Amino acid sequence: MTDTATRSANAEEAPLRKKDFQSDQEVRWCPGCGDYAILANVQGVMPGLGIARENLVFVSGIGCAARFPYYMETYGFHSIHGRAPAIATGISATRPDLKVFVVTGDGDALSIGGNHLIHAMRRNANLTILLFNNQIYGLTKGQYSPTSELGKITKSTPMGSLDHPFNPVSVALGAEATFVGRSIDNEREHLTEMLIQAAAHEGTAFVEIYQNCNIFNDGAFDAVRRNRPQQIRLEHGKPIRFGNEDEFGVALKRTGELEIVDVATVGQDALLVHDAHRDDPGLAFMLSRLSHTPTGPTPIGLFRQVERPVYGTELNRQVADAIARRGPGDLSDLLAGADSWTVTG
Amino acid sequence: MTTKTVQQRGTVTIRFAGDSGDGMQLTGNRFTSVSAVLGNDVATQPDFPAEIRAPAGSLPGVSGFQLHFADHDILTPGDAPDVLVAMNPAALKTNVDDLEPGATIVVNSDAFSVGNLRKARYESNPLDDATLSAYNVVSVPLSTLTVGALEDTDLGKKDKERAKNMFALGLMSWMFSRPTQPTIDWVWSRFGSQPELAEANIAAFTAGFAFGETTELFAHSYEVKPAALPPGRYRQITGNTAVAYGLVAAAERTGLPLFLGGYPITPASDVLHELARLKHFGVRTFQAEDEIAGVGAALGAAFAGNLAATVTSGPGVALKAETIGLAVSVELPLLILNIQRGGPSTGLPTKTEQADLLQAMYGRNGEAPVPIVAASTPGDCFDATIEAARIAVAYRTPVFLLSDGYLANGAEPWRIPSVDELPDLRGIVDFAGGPNHDGEFWPFQRDPTTLARPWAPPGVAGLEHRIGGLEKADGTGNISYDPDNHQRMTELRAAKVARIADTIPPLAVDHEDGARLLVLGWGSTYGPIRAAVRRARADGAAVAVAHLRHLNPFPSNLADVLHSYERVLVPEMNFGQLQRLLRADFLVDVKGYHRVNGLPFTTAELVDAISHELKGLS
Repeated sequence: MTDTATRSANAEEAPLRKKDFQSDQEVRWCPGCGDYAILANVQGVMPGLGIARENLVFVSGIGCAARFPYYMETYGFHSIHGRAPAIATGISATRPDLKVFVVTGDGDALSIGGNHLIHAMRRNANLTILLFNNQIYGLTKGQYSPTSELGKITKSTPMGSLDHPFNPVSVALGAEATFVGRSIDNEREHLTEMLIQAAAHEGTAFVEIYQNCNIFNDGAFDAVRRNRPQQIRLEHGKPIRFGNEDEFGVALKRTGELEIVDVATVGQDALLVHDAHRDDPGLAFMLSRLSHTPTGPTPIGLFRQVERPVYGTELNRQVADAIARRGPGDLSDLLAGADSWTVTG
Repeated sequence: MTTKTVQQRGTVTIRFAGDSGDGMQLTGNRFTSVSAVLGNDVATQPDFPAEIRAPAGSLPGVSGFQLHFADHDILTPGDAPDVLVAMNPAALKTNVDDLEPGATIVVNSDAFSVGNLRKARYESNPLDDATLSAYNVVSVPLSTLTVGALEDTDLGKKDKERAKNMFALGLMSWMFSRPTQPTIDWVWSRFGSQPELAEANIAAFTAGFAFGETTELFAHSYEVKPAALPPGRYRQITGNTAVAYGLVAAAERTGLPLFLGGYPITPASDVLHELARLKHFGVRTFQAEDEIAGVGAALGAAFAGNLAATVTSGPGVALKAETIGLAVSVELPLLILNIQRGGPSTGLPTKTEQADLLQAMYGRNGEAPVPIVAASTPGDCFDATIEAARIAVAYRTPVFLLSDGYLANGAEPWRIPSVDELPDLRGIVDFAGGPNHDGEFWPFQRDPTTLARPWAPPGVAGLEHRIGGLEKADGTGNISYDPDNHQRMTELRAAKVARIADTIPPLAVDHEDGARLLVLGWGSTYGPIRAAVRRARADGAAVAVAHLRHLNPFPSNLADVLHSYERVLVPEMNFGQLQRLLRADFLVDVKGYHRVNGLPFTTAELVDAISHELKGLS
């Protein structure tokens, strides 16, 4: 399989276009679903990544988002509920020449597949994980999900959901993911930029994408969409400001907590300057906690990006080191072992 | 000092028993190695508790290692030990009932303190009363003698006492005329970096040997001559090592890189450990976050073009079931190595059982046939693993390899195969190279002979395709909910597995003239069944015997074989799982013999079962 990397270099001959990444399969999401915008965006981003199409793999689990690979003219694996990060880890760890994406949803990634998600991030497997968060189970027709707000009334929770939701970015930071970002389905330029950065990252890149489910949870993110006062755009190296007139900001209190401040009152210099490359994930985590659900001040953009050894790279380095140190394994020697004896007839 | 006489013995079974911290496994393994190198045929059966160190001196903390060695070929670790070495009262208590009258018991008399006797629930000291009158009891103050032998070392008393297993090993080495040099060499190789420890162990070992020679307790020693095994180069091997080597060999013979995804579980973890040490063979091992991720990563690696395997035991298989179903659906090669243990649930982690056959056969949703190969002996785990890999790759299917705790930890001499004589599996890999259907690539266009679909790992331009667990249209592999297509695809998946029977050898029957009874087994019961049939025949009974390696599909002559005998007896360490399959498939009133006490069958009980069936025929 080693010749495939060289093969990909030839792909520059005829530049691919967005339509080259559209499969011939009919897209079967509900009309108006946020997934359409994300699919179009991802397909649009692909030609610019500089990766040969045959070296791209999309892996998914189960749910509406999980149909994604069928619509991509790349290699794809639509697997089982929650297990995509595990399956994708097996692909990326053994084939460093491939670029592996995981497409998942809030139920798939954070409920049934929570264990695989956190361990893929802890390990820093070379995966770009796109979590379409619509805060609801869509494919099973409208049960509350692990990101649904407390008290959510659904078919399975007629008196309101009782369990405290996960904040996906907090989970990713807690698992020490090396790249953690957030974007929104129909904010084309922002999502494009986030996808490009995520795809370029070495290690696990986790991107939460707020995605509208217009059938079962319409408008869940309306408070934080473009030009809404609650959306905070994180930009590395810039003071964190938001509001219709950028009149609000985020500052670090002496007590070690973040607070929302009035810029006119405290002055620009009092604001927290966003540093996405801090080694310590603590501040990024605090930013993810400004509002627990996307109704209050909510940051989008790149929360964190740091470098850490990548699982697949290290796995293959150990193999290479072992071969360099001991020479390529000899099967005859292995089978013979150290303690053998001869029986003559 | 006069040299004592040496008596010849054809076969001896020894059991070493002590606290799980006493080093009984190590002692047993050393004795086995020396015996094997001496040319005896050997078979071993470690028996240890699930707890790492239960309270010292307690009954649950007893760890045992049984070794059968002989001057002829043997098939089992022996029914009843001829010699029991008991390092404390608990070891005596838990093992003495397995002895026949007249057996020798060597005890560490130092350990028979009031406290230890109480922990072993002895009301009085069995060394002082008539409890052991049926046996030849040899009381040796092993601890005192060991500490005495190490007087000149700087070790503390506790460390000195810890070498008592080496004293016992030395004593047994004298008793059965084992050479001492291999063990001395081994101690140096193991403790070479700590010369003080190495010297202490050797001193204890040598003192034990000398004690045997000089003490009045033993009138003579024994000798067991080499066995006449088929010529060749031999080594000892356990089932788990053989599985690991089988995977490495299958990778080399297919030309595929090996990937193992696993999660620690008894008694399977040694396969993961062994492969983790073999990175210079290009082996990639992955200790996953759970059993599901272990098989998931393996399936991903299979998609990516690896020879992929996951190793586990029954509870792990339960967790992996959904992914195995996915592998059936997407038709990728995947090895699931189930080192069975006692169940259900957590069951008996360190004990053996073969009760996962129906789980392998049916433990998935939907019509999800999975081929099954079962290993029969520790050494056979090697060949059975290669065979499982052949089926997986050639037919693009998950395959179960069934081993069990007895094979996993048991050891036997293994004739080392030359690499050239292993099956050449390069031809069956056959990665897709280009379009296969009118200029397009159809991922489910099947090979007309095997019905296998193309294997097209990512990285090849023009073969981009999607697979998944939804039903696929025959040929194109696109999602299809068409009723007739589902019927056809379900039939195709079943037919593909059924066709494997075209490439497996017919069931070989060891027939005997006049035999009306066939004893049919599978898996690790091979040794006990053969030993029992051998004994029954020696007693004049006409019995045929056969052993199944392929449980799904069965060899194509199985129906004929079953119908050739008036009675078929299937002994199984379960409640009749193969028996059920045979009855269902062939409408034959197969009889069963079933026991699940966590231990392999004894020869004696199977001889009884055989004679019971023979009586039913007359």
